[in-house]
Amino acid sequence: MDFTLRIWRQKDSVSRGELVEYKIHDVSEDSSFLEMLDILSENLVEDGKVPMAFDYDCREGICGMCSLTINGIPHGPENGTTACQLHMRHFNDGQTITIEPWRAKPFPVVKDLIVDRSPLDKIIQSGGFITSRAGSATDANTHLINKGTADYAMDAAACIGCGACVAACPNASAMLFTSAKVAHMNSLPQGKPEKHRRALAMVSTMDDEGFGGCTNIGECEAACPKNISLDVIAHLNRDYSIAQVKSFFKPYV
Amino acid sequence: MKLNAKIPEGPLTQKWTSHKFNMKLVNPSNRRKYNVIVVGSGLAGGAAAASLAEQGYNVSCFCYQDSPRRAHSIAAQGGINASKNYQNDGDSVYRLFYDTVKGGDYRAREANVYRLAELSSDIIDQCVANGVPFAREYGGLLANRSFGGAQVSRTFYARGQTGQQLLLGTYSALSRQIGLGKVTMYNRHEMLDLVKVDNHAKGIIVRNMVTGKVTSHAADCVVIATGGYGNVFFLSTNAQGCNVTAAFRAHKQGAGFANPCYTQIHPTCIPVHGDKQSKLTLMSESLRNDGRIWVPKFAEDAAKVRDGMLDPNALSDDKRDYFLERKYPSFGNLAPRDISSRAAKEACDEGRGVASTGLGVFLDFRDAIQRDGKKAIEERYGNLFDMYQCITGDNPYVTPMMIFPAVHYTMGGLWVDYNLESTIPGMFVGGEANFSDHGANRLGASALMQGLSDGYFILPYTVGNYLGEQGVQAAGKITNEHPAFAEAENRVRARIDKLLSINGNESPRSFHKRLGNIIWEYCGMARSEEGLTTAIAKIKELRKDFWSNLRVVGESGNINPELERAGRVADFIEFGELMCRDALMREESCGGHFRIEHQTEEGEALRDDENFTFTGVWEHLGDNVEPRLHKEELIYENVKLATRSYK
Repeated sequence: MDFTLRIWRQKDSVSRGELVEYKIHDVSEDSSFLEMLDILSENLVEDGKVPMAFDYDCREGICGMCSLTINGIPHGPENGTTACQLHMRHFNDGQTITIEPWRAKPFPVVKDLIVDRSPLDKIIQSGGFITSRAGSATDANTHLINKGTADYAMDAAACIGCGACVAACPNASAMLFTSAKVAHMNSLPQGKPEKHRRALAMVSTMDDEGFGGCTNIGECEAACPKNISLDVIAHLNRDYSIAQVKSFFKPYV
Repeated sequence: MKLNAKIPEGPLTQKWTSHKFNMKLVNPSNRRKYNVIVVGSGLAGGAAAASLAEQGYNVSCFCYQDSPRRAHSIAAQGGINASKNYQNDGDSVYRLFYDTVKGGDYRAREANVYRLAELSSDIIDQCVANGVPFAREYGGLLANRSFGGAQVSRTFYARGQTGQQLLLGTYSALSRQIGLGKVTMYNRHEMLDLVKVDNHAKGIIVRNMVTGKVTSHAADCVVIATGGYGNVFFLSTNAQGCNVTAAFRAHKQGAGFANPCYTQIHPTCIPVHGDKQSKLTLMSESLRNDGRIWVPKFAEDAAKVRDGMLDPNALSDDKRDYFLERKYPSFGNLAPRDISSRAAKEACDEGRGVASTGLGVFLDFRDAIQRDGKKAIEERYGNLFDMYQCITGDNPYVTPMMIFPAVHYTMGGLWVDYNLESTIPGMFVGGEANFSDHGANRLGASALMQGLSDGYFILPYTVGNYLGEQGVQAAGKITNEHPAFAEAENRVRARIDKLLSINGNESPRSFHKRLGNIIWEYCGMARSEEGLTTAIAKIKELRKDFWSNLRVVGESGNINPELERAGRVADFIEFGELMCRDALMREESCGGHFRIEHQTEEGEALRDDENFTFTGVWEHLGDNVEPRLHKEELIYENVKLATRSYK
């Protein structure tokens, strides 16, 4: 297959970027999107040119490192698929494909297609954990957790932290990301003691890091490669409201 | 280099308990005076960094990804073993220990493996407390499944994403410590050298992968948890960034490298499709619980299937060869990885392979779907089936899956004693990076167990012991002002400059591919003296070629993936030679190491216990000097060495 690629090139975080056009030929339809970019990189190196920088690691859709906006859609057109798992058979021969980095103010471009997603780590650092020192745990079967709850927690915990939800949101809100962690931990008995603190702290950090507010548009759910449901946002909103009321009366929640 | 495994005295069951009592403690108020460096943020590194910080030490943690949550432990699918015996099916610490020693083909250290089995239960408790959403039964209890190489159900799992959930558990514990200021996290930093002061490990040199700046970091000790070296094969199931650089540079500074030839070829990966492929994808081994592995009985049928002239579903049972069930009736499709992989290779060598390349076998769920219904299968393996369909375009509910072995895990690694301390005092090694507890072959669901036991429950004690021995007067005394750091920094800079200045014609990726082809061909599933000798010669040639014809575009003061890759490939080339040398030295077949000269009449691996019951540890003597072999004799006081039989 042959493609025309328009790729965002930007030397560093302060330089101005632009879309640069490249042609690529004889791509196998079984190649993944990133393998196609590998081929282009090798071609550029052969011509002595500097290939575009882009993030990737596991290439099996689980590490969350890859972060390409393909034809305007984070991770591209296939539902529930990361860019690394997207295969060229889903494109038409001769098609023009535009490749950009995540576009969101809290994620500044570092170089070409690479952005800085450390604000997501900061949200987790402020409350996305269950305090439990190594060595202090009780027997694993102490808390019975019904299957429905365990499945619900697992659905939310499937988030890979790629940031596609932020890139897709017109407000650059990190609500789906934050809510997924809150829904995972707040629904489990082990996570209950810190439930209110967690919701308040994570939302507050999200705001501090410059993410926008949620206006229930739903682009995040559509872009999520792990199909995390909007329901988790409802979960966070509920826990957050209760936590706010409680903290008003009992500041130590 | 002297090897002292420091195995505690006393009966097997009491070794760890008494050792813990005998170890030095550091007063809680003194711990904040010590600095510890942890390289790697996967299960072993992340858990060690979090636990050491919880105890009160100041920890600096480094990873090459943009967040510690992306370490490759995340990709483990199937599960984690623990001898909880929740299923009441006869499991015990001793049985898990025994299975692991046997599964490793009697090439692991007894005391370490027993400790691993002993700690396995604590790991599950810890993970549940951290909020890992393991699968549950309707009554709310934890669910288990059986896994390759075991006859009890001792594997805990979180759908097909157990590694992800466990890693996110350690990541959240680590994040909490980062938030509290006890861990300083360095993302997008790559370790390029180890710094020794008075022969003790006292720091590392790293390159900031965004700015290109090379800096020195000093500490009272260093923990290396940088994973395995599977990418020496170019194509493997490892993440693209996985590399041997940190471990190999430490090796060059004097750390012994143990059993580099022990590599694991995983039987259930998606077959290769073409020469532009960048990685192989693993399908969880748990699929073998319900899928049946077969190839057509006759080569002519296989040829028709390959050409798409024959629908595999149309072949009746008498024209199929369920070769694992036939050869190993008691373990069947659950035979250990090394054995299953070799059996698949043999079937393909006989011309009965499927997939377009002829390098594939079927993993068929027809019978399981008939027996349990499609819904039950979907519940168990839904995400794996989706992943398979996404990659291959085939629907595994209808067309049987195709699989082929691929490099997956490396049992070899830096040599460590019972304390997980390398031959360099003050340098500890955890997880896949050490030569570990798996002997010559790792059983399914044991890697996660080992990473977490090293990180949560062993290193926090043994690192403390080392620091206690050094004394509080020494705490924090060595800074990066020490001349050893400037010297190491210069070494690292000179190497980067050299890589950039060759200006040849071939890209780092191309060299990597060439290396991978040599290693897969001669040091893969079947090895021979002739092949390995050829490989060593070819790698030497490749190395010469690399340093004269490499082309690295771009500059060093910026993000430069070409430069990163060049540095890693340079180390892989040297390491690949060591690996072949080790395979050549080990004139026996054991676990993942199969020498064609050493097999039984039935084609099974033939160990030589009389001459090879030892760990081979290599000492680096110089860049163009042959390394020296040291041996750690393995003494079996509890397990009787026997021929591994899964029939």
